[in-house]
Amino acid sequence: MSETVAFTIDLDGRRQIGLAEADATLLSLLRDGLEITGPKRGCNQGVCGACTVMIDGWPQRACLTLAAACEGKSVTTLEGYAEDPVMQRLARAFAEGGAVQCGFCTTGMLISARKLLEEEAKPDPDRIRQALSGNLCRCIGYRKIVEAVTAAAEGAET
Amino acid sequence: MTAPDEGQVVGRSLPKLENLEKVTGRAHYIADLSRPRMLHGAILGSAFAHARIKSVSIEAALAAPGVAAVITGADVGPGRMGAFIKDEGAIAQDKVRYLGEPVAAVAAETEAQARAACRLIDVVYEELPALTSPEAALAPDAPAIHEALQDYVKIFDSGSEGNLCSRSRFDEGDVDAAWADCDLIVEGTYTTQAQAHVAIEPCGALAEVDQAGRITLWSANQSVFRVQANVAEALSIPMSRLRCLTPQVGGGFGIKMEAHVQPIVVALAEKSGRPVKLILSREEDFEITRARHPFKIRIKTGAKKDGTLLARHCEVLVDCGAYADDSPGVLGYSLLMSRGPYRIPNVRAEGQLVYTNKLRFGAYRGFGNPQVTFAGEQQIDEIARRLDLDPFEMRRRNMVVAGEPWFLGGEVASCGLAECLDKVEQAAPPLPPAARGKRRGRGLAINAHISGLLGTGAIVRMLEDGSIVLNTGATDIGQGSDTVLAQICAEALKVPLDMVKVASPDTDGSPFNWGTTASRVTYTTGRAVIAASEEVARQIKEQAGAILECTVEDLELRSGGRVGIVGSDRELPFAAVSGRAHWAAGGPIVGHNTLVYDGKTMDPKRGSALGLPFPQIGVFSFIALLVDVEVDEASGQVEVLEAWSACDVGKAINPKLVEVQLEGAFVQGLGYALFEEMVWDGPRLANPSLMDYKIPTSLDAPFALHSILIEAPQPEGPFGAKGVGEIGINPVPAAIANAVAMALGRPLKDLPLSGERVLAALMESEG
Repeated sequence: MSETVAFTIDLDGRRQIGLAEADATLLSLLRDGLEITGPKRGCNQGVCGACTVMIDGWPQRACLTLAAACEGKSVTTLEGYAEDPVMQRLARAFAEGGAVQCGFCTTGMLISARKLLEEEAKPDPDRIRQALSGNLCRCIGYRKIVEAVTAAAEGAET
Repeated sequence: MTAPDEGQVVGRSLPKLENLEKVTGRAHYIADLSRPRMLHGAILGSAFAHARIKSVSIEAALAAPGVAAVITGADVGPGRMGAFIKDEGAIAQDKVRYLGEPVAAVAAETEAQARAACRLIDVVYEELPALTSPEAALAPDAPAIHEALQDYVKIFDSGSEGNLCSRSRFDEGDVDAAWADCDLIVEGTYTTQAQAHVAIEPCGALAEVDQAGRITLWSANQSVFRVQANVAEALSIPMSRLRCLTPQVGGGFGIKMEAHVQPIVVALAEKSGRPVKLILSREEDFEITRARHPFKIRIKTGAKKDGTLLARHCEVLVDCGAYADDSPGVLGYSLLMSRGPYRIPNVRAEGQLVYTNKLRFGAYRGFGNPQVTFAGEQQIDEIARRLDLDPFEMRRRNMVVAGEPWFLGGEVASCGLAECLDKVEQAAPPLPPAARGKRRGRGLAINAHISGLLGTGAIVRMLEDGSIVLNTGATDIGQGSDTVLAQICAEALKVPLDMVKVASPDTDGSPFNWGTTASRVTYTTGRAVIAASEEVARQIKEQAGAILECTVEDLELRSGGRVGIVGSDRELPFAAVSGRAHWAAGGPIVGHNTLVYDGKTMDPKRGSALGLPFPQIGVFSFIALLVDVEVDEASGQVEVLEAWSACDVGKAINPKLVEVQLEGAFVQGLGYALFEEMVWDGPRLANPSLMDYKIPTSLDAPFALHSILIEAPQPEGPFGAKGVGEIGINPVPAAIANAVAMALGRPLKDLPLSGERVLAALMESEG
């Protein structure tokens, strides 16, 4: 049994204080400890991107991040974006645009797309493909995901 | 007088019913579930590919922190499961047959404790020679992988013997005599590699035993009914003791059709008396579930000078892996598809499926069709080239049309293939020239795939308020069958989609559904949904007739959930008729239908078959695929620039969902064609991780991926629909290979078309 450490993180806009094992990943803390189901465990090796969450404003792999290393940081999961208008547009565009199939990659994909739209208001398809290349999807073939991000970006005007 | 029945709900690209849950993180998959006092399971895999188990010592594991139960082969009894040949237990007994095969499992308070305890289990093995190829396993002195093969239950004439798991041979016409009439005969040997499914959700299960001994089992699955049957067989328990349920499923593609960890999880829950959940790691998901079969294909095709095909002989050697699983079906199906969608009067297709000491191979989108199509469609191009015929013209001259039989005589009742070919040809502009250091090519392939097979059903219930619950038992693995079936039901009852809710599959309460496989749910289950909805409509009219004092024939369903007298404004809402049914007369309104697909695979007047695993297989969808590629002359890397995929789906119930099937299948096929490959180092899978086994990313997939939907209605299909789940992948390796062959000026006969292989071919052709 590894030792436990105390942590304080700003999780989805609320201060979260607790104990985690020193070697626990952020993904374990979120999923197993706090029962937040948005981040998914697809590979646990930092490849598939299904566990992507925002840490201090940057998309990160929760499976490669130690929970203890998030001390004092802000961690936002998809659940934390419930009231965010950009994420709402993205979510609607994904849902209506055929960009959701099994859904297992979707939550991580949305986090990466959210960051892209923060950096670039109207990304072209190649820029979107680049930005989402760390999130694996096995169902969709990516085209409709790229289209959904485009639609969400365009929806910002109206 | 009234608007046509169709078009209100069916034919519209409505968002999937569960999408809102999925885009908010609230959708729950197997790993998200938990039960009070739940334990976590872990598996100890075999250290050898082929060995006898001399002893298993579990004392140290049992004494480890947090451990509640340990099971070994001694705990699971003699039961054996298998869709075609019952050769596989829940956990290894007496011997292991592939590296990583479960030999023991632990349930503990945490997953880490369970995994740590597994390492304390001491297994003594007596190693046997590992047979890692079909050729090695067929050698006369090869040790038997299944000594008791002759005693296993088999559901068809498999011809099993030694390490031969099954063999099949299908004949039509007189292939031996036909060669003499051919002006051109081409022959070749093609090989294909193992492909991993890589559903982004790994396999897992959760089981709980109640006080009466009934077991509730949730799992990532493609059929709660196959889960029930497999677990019952493997653990020798009555099916009725098991209630199988499903959360959301994170992709399947075949990997979740038959059992994975469900029997082990149930055994752990029984032994511990507590709920147990076990989720495979990504590595385990690669190593101990199943994968697409490597094929070796010898194929010979003969034609007249004008391109008319006269004869084909296709011979395949298929690696089965350690257990039969769905493999005998894959062998038989690949042979049935090896003629391609062509009118060839003389065909022989034969093959052997051979046990080896590797992971079992099993169902994977396409089910053997991509492999034989890779060979067959390259050969069609080769004939066209040598006869100086256009690849489109070559195919048009020989392709089947509606009313002509499939190989062995099955009925082709609808066929939009000609239109598929026309559409992709018209859609593609001339191939632009390549830049310096690059070469470009364009490749065509056509294909057909069935939708059908086995039993299915639907129960449509009208609740007291007139709303509808549809219960089919079909697991939606993300492809959208819940939505499509609800659309079919809503259309049949002329209600808006939100009046139909879909019950989650439950072996206690759902009608039997063989599974989400064989591209079958829309076609087979959709038929049952229509029939059950029609029964509901009949009962609605009976009730309304009694209230409105008219005959059933005078009544019609009206949009929005009402029933009225034809030509009159007298009408009732469904709530009124359902209320009467519930509280006054007739009884609650329920429509029910079950069916089993019964179209014959073979007409004995046309063909003969030895070892036919599917006597009643299905109806045919068709596809034409055109692909542009660019080959880098320095690296041999192939990039897919653009693709046009036209598919005859009978009727697109939800066009956008059909497009996603085609696009997703294309990209999965792109990975298979160009770089995905499971590599064995001796008996050890060398790349069981997503770092070492690459699947396409958004940068590998072309954005210019065009889906064209063709609708040649299948007469008995729901609104004319046929299946689309698998067909999109079948022609991809062939079309890409044909494009690369054009770019290189020579064909490539081994998959994947890796940079290394393509570069070698480039150098050879220039050397």
